[in-house]
Amino acid sequence: MATSWTPDQPIVQCVDVRKSFGALEVLKGISLSVRKGEVICIIGPSGSGKSTLIRCINALQPITSGSIQIEGIEVSDPRLDKLALRRKVGMVFQQYNLFPHKTALQNVMMAPIHVLGQKRAEVEARARALLAKVRLAGKEDTYPGELSGGQQQRVAIARSLAMRPDIMLFDEVTAALDPETVKEVLVTIRELAEDGMTCILVTHEMNFAREVADHVYFTDRGVIVEHGPPETLFTAAKDERTQRFLSQVL
Amino acid sequence: MTTAETGHRLAVLRPYRPAPAQMSVRIGPLPAAILCFCVIMAASTAWAQTGPAMLSPLQVIVKWSPLLLRGFAFNILISLLSMLLGTIAGLGLGLALLSESRLLAAVSWLVTQFFRNAPWLVLLFFVMFLVPFQVTMFKTTIPLPDWIKATVGFALPVMANVAEVVRGAVRSIPSTQWEAAESLSFTRRQTMWLIMLPQCIKRMLPLWMNIYAIVAMSTVLASIVGVSEMLTLTAQVHAAEGGRPELFAPLYGFALLCFFLYCYPINVWTARLERRFRVR
Ligand SMILES: Nc1ncnc2c1ncn2[C@@H]1O[C@H](COP(=O)(O)OP(=O)(O)OP(=O)(O)O)[C@@H](O)[C@H]1O
Ligand SMILES: [Mg+2]
Repeated sequence: MATSWTPDQPIVQCVDVRKSFGALEVLKGISLSVRKGEVICIIGPSGSGKSTLIRCINALQPITSGSIQIEGIEVSDPRLDKLALRRKVGMVFQQYNLFPHKTALQNVMMAPIHVLGQKRAEVEARARALLAKVRLAGKEDTYPGELSGGQQQRVAIARSLAMRPDIMLFDEVTAALDPETVKEVLVTIRELAEDGMTCILVTHEMNFAREVADHVYFTDRGVIVEHGPPETLFTAAKDERTQRFLSQVL
Repeated sequence: MTTAETGHRLAVLRPYRPAPAQMSVRIGPLPAAILCFCVIMAASTAWAQTGPAMLSPLQVIVKWSPLLLRGFAFNILISLLSMLLGTIAGLGLGLALLSESRLLAAVSWLVTQFFRNAPWLVLLFFVMFLVPFQVTMFKTTIPLPDWIKATVGFALPVMANVAEVVRGAVRSIPSTQWEAAESLSFTRRQTMWLIMLPQCIKRMLPLWMNIYAIVAMSTVLASIVGVSEMLTLTAQVHAAEGGRPELFAPLYGFALLCFFLYCYPINVWTARLERRFRVR
């Protein structure tokens, strides 16, 4: 595996990514690149392939053709070391997907202990710090079922961060939340972005995208229709499809 | 899977649970115990007319109860051992059913179906007559008494049923749990042992206890292949007391009562667990 990657190169580089489910082509040649520390948002109508793209980026799904490179690691390489890849890429899901039989603290500690083989004491200190960072100090011993959606989602973020990823993927992480709790999760993500974490966000929160993103991609039916810095994309979209979508959601 | 019920915001966290089959007719413990008692009593009155020279059925039962109860303890021992054996093997078979290897999954599916759909008595006969009465390994001869063979005979269907319970429980966990584990780099094996199986225990426990109650009751089948468990001993006691017809009902009623008093609490507890896990 060629890992001659240097931080001045794109940390994520997708070139002409295609993905089909049987006869259905969901991604029809997606190219995008993300630099270290950049925050990009992917927006677009339902079914346009946003989740699929994000799942391809951390190899939860194989791509049909094209290339995805994470820090120079080719994701579609059949000899891909998935462990090495996923250590670099954290992922947060719409439905939180916490492990219901473990407390918040245990949820955060599990992967570093069992996957990375790190020392329990050290991991625990880090996990407590992470929970405090996502404003959940005091909830360490609570089970996911007893936490609100917003709290669960923040535990999920802390759980991903515990693996010390270089890139975080967020797939509509606020879509299942009550409007009041959306904010607390967005605050957490914004703080992460401000700390310099590279983030790829799929979101329906246009105001948030506008505020945090360095670059916004608008996708429709498996292609990137238009992309640019939020100021231009949100106010002066060139493509008619983008304009129509934005007029519906803004 | 549960992703359909996204209406609830914790939908993913709520375990999918198939409605438990409610096919048992529940008789209260008291009525049933009274029923058994009446059978014994009714037979005793039959004896009252035959004259005082012989022991009453109750006296017969009291006289032989140490032996009969020892037989019953043997039934329990066989049931516990076969449950232990069957659970360990069933867990392995269940994991094989869930294996990513198509071949392994297919083979274990066949094995599961075979042992699940074979009459227990037939399996028992097979084990009794196919397994030698002793095996020689490393120059030491290990005798295999009948009751051990019977234990193995019962462990086989237990294995298949436990395998099915394991498979069903793991399958009922939303696939998003697998994805979450995968995105955190857990291996398949780690995911199974650290994330899937611990979540499954709650939903497996009632089903597992159900299997146990059935095994406990089925151990009397061992009498057919000559293991001296309770039923065998009951028949021998009956013969030893001259095979008097009026002793038949009390003696077998006593066996019935023992099994009932053992299995009924298990079933009550199972039902209670089922209810409790359903609300959480
Ligand atoms: N595993 C799969 N098998 C078959 N088809 C799939 C699979 N996953 C996604 N699809 C299809 O791919 C298309 C894109 O799905 P995707 O989930 O990526 O869209 P999305 O942009 O994330 O939509 P949403 O905003 O609703 O989440 C949809 O038509 C979907 O039905
Ligand atoms: Mg999606």
